[in-house]
Amino acid sequence: MNLNLTLIGQAIAFAVFVWFCMKFVWPPVMQALQERQKKIADGLDAASRATRDLELAEEQAAEQLKESKEQAAEIIEQAHKRANQMIEEARDNARLEGERMIESARGEIEQETQRAKEELRAQVATLAIQGAERILDSSIDEAKHRELVDKLAAEL
Amino acid sequence: MAGNNPTSSEYIQHHLQNMTFGLHPENGLGLAHSPQEAQEMGFWALHLDTMGWSIGLGILFLWLFRMVAKTATTGVPSGMQNFVEMMVEFVDNSVRETFHGKSKLIAPLSLTIFCWVFLMNLMDLVPVDFLPMLAQKIGAWFGADPAHVYFKVVPTTDVNATLGMSLSVFALIIFYSIREKGFSGFVAELTLHPFNASNPLVQVLLIPVNFLLEAVTLLAKPVSLALRLFGNLYAGELIFILIAMVGLWQLPLHFAWATFHILIITLQAFIFMMLTIVYLSMATEKH
Repeated sequence: MNLNLTLIGQAIAFAVFVWFCMKFVWPPVMQALQERQKKIADGLDAASRATRDLELAEEQAAEQLKESKEQAAEIIEQAHKRANQMIEEARDNARLEGERMIESARGEIEQETQRAKEELRAQVATLAIQGAERILDSSIDEAKHRELVDKLAAEL
Repeated sequence: MAGNNPTSSEYIQHHLQNMTFGLHPENGLGLAHSPQEAQEMGFWALHLDTMGWSIGLGILFLWLFRMVAKTATTGVPSGMQNFVEMMVEFVDNSVRETFHGKSKLIAPLSLTIFCWVFLMNLMDLVPVDFLPMLAQKIGAWFGADPAHVYFKVVPTTDVNATLGMSLSVFALIIFYSIREKGFSGFVAELTLHPFNASNPLVQVLLIPVNFLLEAVTLLAKPVSLALRLFGNLYAGELIFILIAMVGLWQLPLHFAWATFHILIITLQAFIFMMLTIVYLSMATEKH
């Protein structure tokens, strides 16, 4: 256990090792560590930012949904109103049309009645003349009495 | 067991002798053949085993870490990179907690100390006879007397190794003290504390007392740093050697002691690193 040159040799070896470690081992490992630290920090940052974005988007989506629901309700309301209006209109139209048709039918009936009356009148005159002819047995001049009977028929 | 049936004390001594290379006054340049010869070689001799293992393990550590550092990605780290990053972060945290100044040296220094000392201590877990016997076989193959081939595997059980490191740390303590406080500040710290007086005459009288106290404090740092590591590992190694002599019972005993020793190995590496950081932070802080 004697002190000798080994002491100095060991000190030199130690110095060289420390120098090598300081120069070639420590910096790259440290750098890698720090870079990874930064990367992880960035990643965490991004994650929290994404969460915030997601929250925001969800909020927006909810708002939009609410808005569109309101809009839809409004549209349905309008449609209902419009439908009611249309039904109302149609009902009115139908009524008017019906009245008009009734009116025209009435006119036609009137006309028909008139014509029937007219016909009836003509036939009555003829029948009357024929009856009278039979009664009087051709004593009556048709042309002479025709005017009289027509006048009579016109009074009908 | 080593040699031709050595006695217990010969066996222990054989295990505790380093392979010493140096200039012997009589036998010339070569390996020492006995502790006596190693002693006679004086200061200018080298422990080949200590140097070899410590440099080899240091290179293993740096090669491993350098390989990872070169391919370090910022993505998901794979097994080895994970381990290296864990070590680096552990050391970095320890340094940050204790050392508040700014220095590019302290953290890599601490990493080197921790890993290197840990690896050197780890050699203690290799069975005590395994590598020395291998060395003896190789020595015999080269024509040397196996009984005189010494081989000590654990570098930290050589006081030269631990003192070499702690003296380097000591040099750094002084360097940082002077850099942070200036030379006069460093001298003032050594001479004006802990006692000082407003009377200049009394102050002058107190300077030698202060210097004595502070010098002991300062010098105790590297010595305690080196001897703590050396003592723990030397004692641990000695117990392994003693256990190796009890016959068949050595197997469970070895296992028990090795398990306990894992704690000492890690703890001593950590203590050496931590105290280095503490001493250097004390050197840079102003009082």
